[in-house]
Order: sequence, then structure tokens, then C-alpha cells
Amino acid sequence: MSELRSAPLPEVSPADHVRGPDGAPLVIEYADFECPYCAALSVRLDGLALRRVFRHFPVRSSHPRAWAAACAAEAAGLQGRFWEMHDLLFADQGRLEDPHLWARARRLGLELERFERDRRSQRVAERVRADFQAGVRAGVVTTPTVFAQGRTFAGHFDPALLTRRG
Amino acid sequence: MDEIISPGTPVPEFTLRREDGSEFTRADLEGQTTVLVFYPFAFSPVCTDQLNLYEEVLDELRAHGVTLYGVSCDARYSQRAFREQLGVSIEQLSDFEPKGATCRAFGVYHPAGFPQRALVIVGPDAVVRWSYQAPSPSELPGANLIFDALAQPAS
Repeated sequence: MSELRSAPLPEVSPADHVRGPDGAPLVIEYADFECPYCAALSVRLDGLALRRVFRHFPVRSSHPRAWAAACAAEAAGLQGRFWEMHDLLFADQGRLEDPHLWARARRLGLELERFERDRRSQRVAERVRADFQAGVRAGVVTTPTVFAQGRTFAGHFDPALLTRRG
Repeated sequence: MDEIISPGTPVPEFTLRREDGSEFTRADLEGQTTVLVFYPFAFSPVCTDQLNLYEEVLDELRAHGVTLYGVSCDARYSQRAFREQLGVSIEQLSDFEPKGATCRAFGVYHPAGFPQRALVIVGPDAVVRWSYQAPSPSELPGANLIFDALAQPAS
């Protein structure tokens, strides 16, 4: 039963998806590609000088395509295009069925057969599950949950907090 | 009882209703470890997140022989509609009539007429192993708290 007991938030590691300049304020997002609040937050964080870490927190009962979307992003990541797929998924949450995922993969110029194989693979499923479990252990209960400046913001996060001085 | 039932206390006699209208009583707790999730209202937003989250960890709970139930004062028809709308499998137990009697017996009845957001873990001997009441009904207890409690040796 130890795999879901409380544990500190994992440090940022090379296994994480990270974008943004070194030295910028760090924001760790636990999010779900089918969650509209996550998409809205992502848009608000775009364009800010932040170092962003994306971790999966798909909740299937509320978002039936969240897992498939998370696995698609990971599969794109195996071809070096995680963030591009991240942006394309959040850009159109009404289209997350398989043909829509293939269309995005095509648009990104991914090798399709490999994408298809990878997104259904054990390796990718375990990667998504590992993020989810680490989130549960760190006390994540809803999406989006943001960890920034030593604080946890569940559901609501105002990026202005990161740029405010004093 | 004004405070949540404490660990080591035998569960009092109580009667809840399952979705099919049959009774769920103390005897149904015997022989397995049970997590009772008391939540304020069906269809309220925080509860929705809570049951969705717990649904994701049901397999881990089941693998350890633990059964989890949702408990509220809503009518069983409302609970079923709520469960179906969420798309969760967590069985619902209704404390509708006499309203809140079981919640009172467990010390989790909010004076405004609904269950506090609370978790009670009951051992196979129908004795409370662990209990937790959220500081406010809008705060959602993480699933990690359940696993922390289950990992503690039964006292």
C-alpha cells in the first residue's frame, strides 16, 4: 500500500518535461489535457517568462479522453515533440478522439506508426501513471494544481503572483 | 456527538440505504476494511472532484481488500444520478431518513444539515481504525491520507 502514501513533491528531474529559460520562476503544473481550467491556465502562462514543468494528472471519470491525450503527448515526446503536442491538445479540447490525435501527429510530422505504437505502450502508460501517483502522494486533489514559490495552488492560480515584487 | 468518531471506538448500530433501497448496517462492515467517505451534497463541485479522484485509486484499494463507499444525506435516487453523471463506480449510501442519523452517530453531522467532509476507516472487526474531518467542507482530503492511514498498523 506504500505506492500512494504521502511523499514530498518530486524534485524536477531529467525525466520531466520542462520549458522556459533557466533561472526563471519555476512552475510545476499537474494537469489534464481534457480539463478546461488546465487549458485556460496554460494559455495564461504562455508568454510569461517562466520555467514550466508539466506533469500528468488525468482523471478518467470526469475526462474520459484524458488518459489517451496524456499518452499521445508522451508518444510525441518520444519523438522530441512533447510541448508541441501539449499545445495542440490544449488548443482544441473538443477533438481528442483517436483520429484527432493522428491528425495532430501528422501535423507535427511525427512518424505515425511509431506514434501509434508508443502511445499504446506499457512504457508510456507507466510514465503517465508515475506522474499521477507522485501527484496523489504530494496531495494533489484537483486540476490544475500548481506548485510555485513553495506554495500549492489547487484549482486557482494567478500568474501575477509570480511577477509581483515585494 | 459533536466530534468525529475516534479510532478504537466500535462503530455504533446504524442503518443506511444502498442505491437499490436495501439496508446497509454495521454488520456489512464486518470481515473487511471499509472506507466511508462522508460528503456534503451530491452534485456540489468539490464532492465531484473528490469522488473522481478516489475512483482513480479504487484498484489499489481493492487490491488490498478495502471497500470504499460514498455517504451523504441525499436521497438514493439523487446519489445514483450523481454517481452516473460522474461516471464513477463508488457505491453510494444514503442517510436520508431519519435524515443524518448515521452522520450524527459518527459525529460528522454539520449543524447546517449535511455531512461534514470526513473519512472514516473501519476495520474488519467494525472498530474505527482512523478518522479525519476536513478543516472545512470545501477542503478535499487527498487520497494519500487514506493510504497513509491504511499503512498504519491497526491498534
